[in-house]
Amino acid sequence: MQEIFNIFVKSIFVDNMVFAYFLGMCSYLAVSKTVNTSVGLGLAVIFVLGITVPVDYLLNDYILKPGALAWLDPEFKDVDLSFLSFILFIAIIASMVQLVEMVVEKFSPALYSSLGIFLPLIAVNCAILGGSLFMQEREYQSLAQATSFGLGSGVGWFLAIVGIAAIREKIRYSNVPKPLRGLGITFIITGLMGIAFMSFLGIKL
Amino acid sequence: MSTDKQEREPLFSTKNRKLLTNPLNIDNPITVQVLGICSALAVTAKIKPAFVMALSVIVVTTLANLIISVLRNGIPPRIRIIVQLVVIASLVILVDQVLKAFVYDVSKQLSVFVGLIITNCIIMGRLEAFAMGNKPWPSILDGIGNGLGYGVILIVVGFVRELFGSGTIWGFQVIPEAFYELGYKNNGFMILPPMALIIVGIIIWIQRSRNPELIEEK
Repeated sequence: MQEIFNIFVKSIFVDNMVFAYFLGMCSYLAVSKTVNTSVGLGLAVIFVLGITVPVDYLLNDYILKPGALAWLDPEFKDVDLSFLSFILFIAIIASMVQLVEMVVEKFSPALYSSLGIFLPLIAVNCAILGGSLFMQEREYQSLAQATSFGLGSGVGWFLAIVGIAAIREKIRYSNVPKPLRGLGITFIITGLMGIAFMSFLGIKL
Repeated sequence: MSTDKQEREPLFSTKNRKLLTNPLNIDNPITVQVLGICSALAVTAKIKPAFVMALSVIVVTTLANLIISVLRNGIPPRIRIIVQLVVIASLVILVDQVLKAFVYDVSKQLSVFVGLIITNCIIMGRLEAFAMGNKPWPSILDGIGNGLGYGVILIVVGFVRELFGSGTIWGFQVIPEAFYELGYKNNGFMILPPMALIIVGIIIWIQRSRNPELIEEK
């Protein structure tokens, strides 16, 4: 239990998707102009990461890992399909995003209208595929660990995008050098936020 | 036959040359189009991985642009994203296997970021914006151009970070020992991830003050 909680906290602060690995920067930079939209996108990312990472974990565990097919037939214990993981993960992500979009549309039209435009964007958000690939690389031991890693990464991404959006709303009133306005200053602020987040590196979990 | 030849524009007409050179400066994928930042920054602590990454992206954008451009009239618009993802993912698997076979140490350093070329927005962006509506040859040039534009930024950032962070270039010591004896120290900060963002911010600053038409109003 404690292990699961540790993974959760670690993936929010220490291994933050944005500040430690720069994942999902494209939508992070494009959608962080106002707090409201960034909250919507952040929630959608938590949601999708929380679903795709466990699904990809099962896929990796039962089909792709070297020897994973042994449950089907002992003859397959030497089969290694891990070279297929990119294409299968992205297929799972694209179809999950589609599924999530349909389910949300059906059961919660209000949420759909606020998340609506962001959901298709998420299929090509590097943070989602990155979550699955890190899950594979770090070899989590159980489904619960993979799920808490997925949710934690999503929450970390959410914090990052809401933070930068709030700063960008305020910075409109400051006198930034002209060539630095917009994109340039956003990069530099993200760098400074990343330095701040590095103070979490000392936490031993 | 002769009329056919007149209609065809030369392989390197001004328009086609623009496709190749624009992404290097005023239409740079990273600093102007804001595409493909994700993988750009994580791999630039040293030049060598940055170079390998840039080369991989050039190969993937060029081939993906070519394939999608050849197929463009046969792809039903509703499922085009899936088709594009499948083409990109297959190319990335090829690149990944080649890297694992020939430069295993770099492939280990790049870890998940090779896989993340799939979701690199440059590739999707160029497929959507260019290859879906243009002939194969201009698409190839556009792919090479954008790959190069991406690579240039990667290598510049890698150069600065490696020079100041480790005192080396491509693994070779360039800052003489005498400097260290006089008290010069490597700036360990440069190796850390956030500096990559700040360096890109500064590159944007320099580029925009040289090309004022790129400045964002608000």
